[in-house]
Amino acid sequence: MTVDYEHLVRDDRVHTSLYVDPAIFDAEMTKIFANTWVWVAHASEIPGPGSFKMSHVGLQPVIVTRGNDGQVHVLLNRCRHRAGSVCEERRGKTSVFVCRYHGWSYDLTGKLRGVPHSSGYDADFDKSDYPLVALRVEQYAGLIFATFRDDIQPLDEYLGRAKPWIDLFMKQGAGFGVKVAGTQRFRFRGNWKIQLENTTDAYHFPIVHRSFLTSLDDETEDQFDILKQGGWVEELGNGHSVMVMMPNLVDLEANLDAPIPERFAALAEELAKEHPPDTVRRIVRAVGGTGFNINLFPNVACSMAFFRVLRPVAVDETEISHIAIAMDRGPEAANRARLRLHEHFQGPMGFGTPDDAEGWERVQRGAAAGSDLWIMLNRGKPRDVSAETGMRAAYQMWKRMMAP
Amino acid sequence: MNALVTGVAPQSDIALQAAIEFIWTEADLLDSQDYTAWLSLWTERGHYVIPIEHDAVDHAAHLNIVYDDRAMRAARVTRLKSGLSMSASPSARTVRTVSRFRLMKSGDGAATIRCAQHLVEYKYDRTRTLAADVTYRLVRAGDGLALDEKVVRLVNSDEALFGIGYLL
Repeated sequence: MTVDYEHLVRDDRVHTSLYVDPAIFDAEMTKIFANTWVWVAHASEIPGPGSFKMSHVGLQPVIVTRGNDGQVHVLLNRCRHRAGSVCEERRGKTSVFVCRYHGWSYDLTGKLRGVPHSSGYDADFDKSDYPLVALRVEQYAGLIFATFRDDIQPLDEYLGRAKPWIDLFMKQGAGFGVKVAGTQRFRFRGNWKIQLENTTDAYHFPIVHRSFLTSLDDETEDQFDILKQGGWVEELGNGHSVMVMMPNLVDLEANLDAPIPERFAALAEELAKEHPPDTVRRIVRAVGGTGFNINLFPNVACSMAFFRVLRPVAVDETEISHIAIAMDRGPEAANRARLRLHEHFQGPMGFGTPDDAEGWERVQRGAAAGSDLWIMLNRGKPRDVSAETGMRAAYQMWKRMMAP
Repeated sequence: MNALVTGVAPQSDIALQAAIEFIWTEADLLDSQDYTAWLSLWTERGHYVIPIEHDAVDHAAHLNIVYDDRAMRAARVTRLKSGLSMSASPSARTVRTVSRFRLMKSGDGAATIRCAQHLVEYKYDRTRTLAADVTYRLVRAGDGLALDEKVVRLVNSDEALFGIGYLL
């Protein structure tokens, strides 16, 4: 039975089957995740030759490696002999990946190096026929993406109008550059698109996150009153969008003379012992992250102060990574402040994430009812930060990919 | 490591039995969600830590699941009890067992105890388990003991977890 994707997505709504139909999920893995640029790593996670991390492209496990020449490779984590995984370490450093079943070994580029007892193969057996399957890899601003497709547009073009926003996001490196400082991971029982929507959903924030908001000092609570800051949502093409929640934190290199917020006063004082005043101001302005979320279709967001990565597991199960960011070789006091701010909201026991996860699970539970009903995305005054503009953009891209 | 010598009482002013009773009381307070009483068990400078990296030592330098000083603990309890958090109201019900106690270090009015915790949680139609090695640093306070550090190392701390709307 073929699914009529064209009619499941309208301008202002999508059909409930997009959350619950396993056949649609299977098709998404092929038509979307095996068919476009998928985020796999940040460059700082594989800092030098030989470093690697495990990741996924859709359902498929991959290894992201840095070769001896510094080149990044994304390789299917599957031995070419009888499919054993060749890597079971989340990250590390190596010169070789060995299948522990029969001992085939591969180098950092995926080339097959060794086959034990190779005399058992015919004379025409050629190791160069069996490298680890390599994906196409491209990077922008330290974000590493991979794709199975050799014939789609370059990453640069795919990101398009999102690029200037990514550049703004990376300014939180405060001149030191951005480095991954740790990852919190959790799963929820719900479809991956529920999370995709959430990154561009300001509407839920004051409702779902009231208990987070009341844990803040008054000045910070005002700042996080995001429906009242004059923010907006903008479509950026190819399903990408940006939601600006705090317009005064769009450019972290502007307004460096603004007063230092009360909550960072102690940090500023500590930094002032070792850094000149302009450096202190630059760091303190960047330490809480930006005031916007960039939603990059289909699996990554640059969200205020961290990277949010989603990984579809099943039609009703999704894994999320909240990747904390620090300043590369930046002042320890400021980087620790960033870690504590991240822990405050994010992760399995943050003051925000568990409530998000509960909300998304309730969406999936609710979607078991009313199979003929629609998910409404018709909230949309222009220049309203709570407009569902970003979700509509993502679903239009979904439609283009599912029903080309 | 003096407690390793079986049958010899460690030269300590905190007995293992007293520590165990303290830890069991704490476990009961957490399962019954008497979080206000739980807060009063702590020292001023105590830290409540749930690390991600299993072998991390300097927790402040790493990203954690929880890294709470006194103020964050209080804020966390306020949040969980506020009725404003849908993951915590209602939260999952929990039943935990703490056992396999070992006195790792003792003296100067302080003791380090390592033990195992098995926690079962239930919410909606789902029952799940969280297992952890827990390290307690207890100090003498008045006639009793106080909690100076609690580090909960989940067996799957660096795996994908789930939203947790209660205290471990």
